[in-house]
Amino acid sequence: MNFDDTPQEAAFRETARQWIAANAPKELEEELSKSSLGRIRLAKHDMVEVGKAWQKKKAEGGWACLHWPKEYGGRGATPIERVIWQQEEGVYGKLTQPFQIGEGMCGPTVMAWGSEDAKRRYLPKLASGEEIWCQLFSEPSAGSDVAGLRTRAEKKGDVWVVNGQKIWTSGAHYSDYGLLIARTDPNVPKHKGLTMFFLDMKSPGVEVRPIRQANGMQEFNEVYFTDVVISDSQRLGAVGEGWSVSLTTLMNERMSIGARLATGVPEMFEFCSNLMLEDGLAIDDPAVRSKLASWAVKSSGLKYTSYRAISALSKGERPGPENSIGKLVSGMMLQDIATYAMDLQGAAGVLTGSDEETVHGQFQQMLLSSPSMRIAGGTDEILRNIIAERVLGLPGDIRVDKDVPYNKIPTKGR
Amino acid sequence: MNFDFSDDQKQLRDQARKFLAEKCSSKAVRVVLDGKAPYDKELWKGLAEMGFLGVAIPEEFGGAGAGHLELCVIAEEMGRANAPVPFSSTVYLAAEALLIAGSDAQKKKWLPAIASGEAIGTLALFEGKGNPAPKNVKLTAASGVLNGVKKPVADGAIADFAVVAARTGSGGRDSDISLFLVDLKAGGVEVKSLTNLDPTRGQAEITFKDCKAEPLGSAGEGWSILTRMLDRAAVLCAFEQVGGADRALEMGRDYALDRIAFGRQIGSFQAIKHMLADMYVSATLARSNSYYGAWALSTNAAELPEAAAAARISATQAFQHCAKNNIQVHGGMGFTWEFDCHMYYRRANAMALGLGSLSYWEDQLIERMRRKNAA
Repeated sequence: MNFDDTPQEAAFRETARQWIAANAPKELEEELSKSSLGRIRLAKHDMVEVGKAWQKKKAEGGWACLHWPKEYGGRGATPIERVIWQQEEGVYGKLTQPFQIGEGMCGPTVMAWGSEDAKRRYLPKLASGEEIWCQLFSEPSAGSDVAGLRTRAEKKGDVWVVNGQKIWTSGAHYSDYGLLIARTDPNVPKHKGLTMFFLDMKSPGVEVRPIRQANGMQEFNEVYFTDVVISDSQRLGAVGEGWSVSLTTLMNERMSIGARLATGVPEMFEFCSNLMLEDGLAIDDPAVRSKLASWAVKSSGLKYTSYRAISALSKGERPGPENSIGKLVSGMMLQDIATYAMDLQGAAGVLTGSDEETVHGQFQQMLLSSPSMRIAGGTDEILRNIIAERVLGLPGDIRVDKDVPYNKIPTKGR
Repeated sequence: MNFDFSDDQKQLRDQARKFLAEKCSSKAVRVVLDGKAPYDKELWKGLAEMGFLGVAIPEEFGGAGAGHLELCVIAEEMGRANAPVPFSSTVYLAAEALLIAGSDAQKKKWLPAIASGEAIGTLALFEGKGNPAPKNVKLTAASGVLNGVKKPVADGAIADFAVVAARTGSGGRDSDISLFLVDLKAGGVEVKSLTNLDPTRGQAEITFKDCKAEPLGSAGEGWSILTRMLDRAAVLCAFEQVGGADRALEMGRDYALDRIAFGRQIGSFQAIKHMLADMYVSATLARSNSYYGAWALSTNAAELPEAAAAARISATQAFQHCAKNNIQVHGGMGFTWEFDCHMYYRRANAMALGLGSLSYWEDQLIERMRRKNAA
């Protein structure tokens, strides 16, 4: 048992480290390292612009989407090399945010289901950041039950005509292409009438509107489709096979092992170490210690769980299901930590401005944003179902709409 | 990175699991649970023959000389099987104390006897309520004799010798405490069995009256040795707790698959599925924290104090959580004496107190994290 690289891994790490030292945008390092929670904002730069510059440089050096085959813009690196790269990329990895949906979800789907022509045309540009992709799955009435989606694609001659609405699309406003799942047959049960496409986000009839979120920010979009025409050559997989295709995408979403989720623990530890309560420092209070300790061991537990997965990759094995717990644990923890930090702040905790008592409102922001952590990318409840069914082998949910034609499924609760 | 046990260690785990499945069935555990024997002597003998008791004891002292990672995998299996033997007292505490601080003569006397199953050892630290702290040690040592009362002492009624924490100074400083080695079969010792949460592991009160004792380690070094002992034992106990948590989770899962209510497997209800998923989450976090503890223990890393506290907290929480919810998944049947659920519930809650309570270790973890951050 050790944390050491194998000789090959060490050599790879050294190569990556040298390249990063010579090429990374060091002027952004400090600002990037400060933004640990939530979305990254840079004072003087546009996030997408600096992201694209870094991604392009990486592509030129052979470091973009490095686990992809070379002919599609990658490096043909092994899974463990990808993890090592992410570790070495460190804070600069935050610059890849605009490309994560493309790299993690759209790209792998095109790779698995696209024609050779499509792969050669789209993947290298996706990898180099020249073209950004977004994912158009969720709808206002199809979240956890994404197979219940309503957006229609109808075949008219050689083309498909799309009408409907998607929601929670990150980066739709700066994306060039989108991966779209739509209903092509409402007369069959819901999973069987879906088809996957990709489309140019500048197509006529595509309208992107920002969503004002519960925390007051605008980070996601709604995308409306009005008679949008898509060529049949932009279909991925067979007609009616969209659900199987979507599973490739969603599996990849949950496979990202190197990704370290924010837990709020370091911020909370720091806060309690400095906060003066009536009887002394917060961190000297047994009640505070008890809570801090429980969070700290969850956070370290997640860290070492990912180390176990990395070790499996290093040995060329498939990581076990342990990593599925990450988002479930960190999402709830962020919310709990934020609530407790404000409890310790007492009356001032209600303030959301740049007040000194509240450490510039960082926990207030965390509180208001944290509900989304427990919903996006699979709700806590869906994640528990996945653990229960795929890890523990418990029965799937009884699906009352399983064999019912889509257009016969009730759409209102009452 | 190779943050995992080796193939040989995994093989040892399989071997231990197989052995315990055969020799430590629920029926065997229940002989002790029902008070028909103070511990499972046959199993203890078998563990010695398998080389498990001395797995981390060097060969020169009669052990297998394998190491602490090997001991961790065996500990996990002991927890899984809810073994009714004084393994933790003897192996994690007494043997480790001798390895840390024993003289050559002391090691030669006791370690081979531990490895061969002839001697049971324990730690006599607590004196009633309270957590490990120098000020809570009232038993005195003067001119080589001990006077005072220790309780609860795990496995005290069956132990042959004990490591005893005694006061050699008058204050509450670490240096006021020294450790002593006492042959419990010699004079000056009175032992009384106490009823406790987990009857598969005995607890006792031991009264020392002008009892002859030999020092273990230097005078005034007792607390520092004890702290190291507790850290090491915390990691090893964490593996037992992880084993117990996993077993409780498995029992719950199996029952949820077998039991039909409202015309379907109860494991198809989300209320049950989510409860079991949460148990899996706790057990996984505990396992990962314990692996880190195992690494720190086996390499004597500077990170051991923090790693041990994290493993202890995480594993205590996981075992308590899984044992409690295992009963809940079972419903009424889980509350019968006949079902094994309560044995894990008892063990989980007894283990949560054995080396100091959860709040004690939470306090320790934060103190140790602070120290590290300040350094």
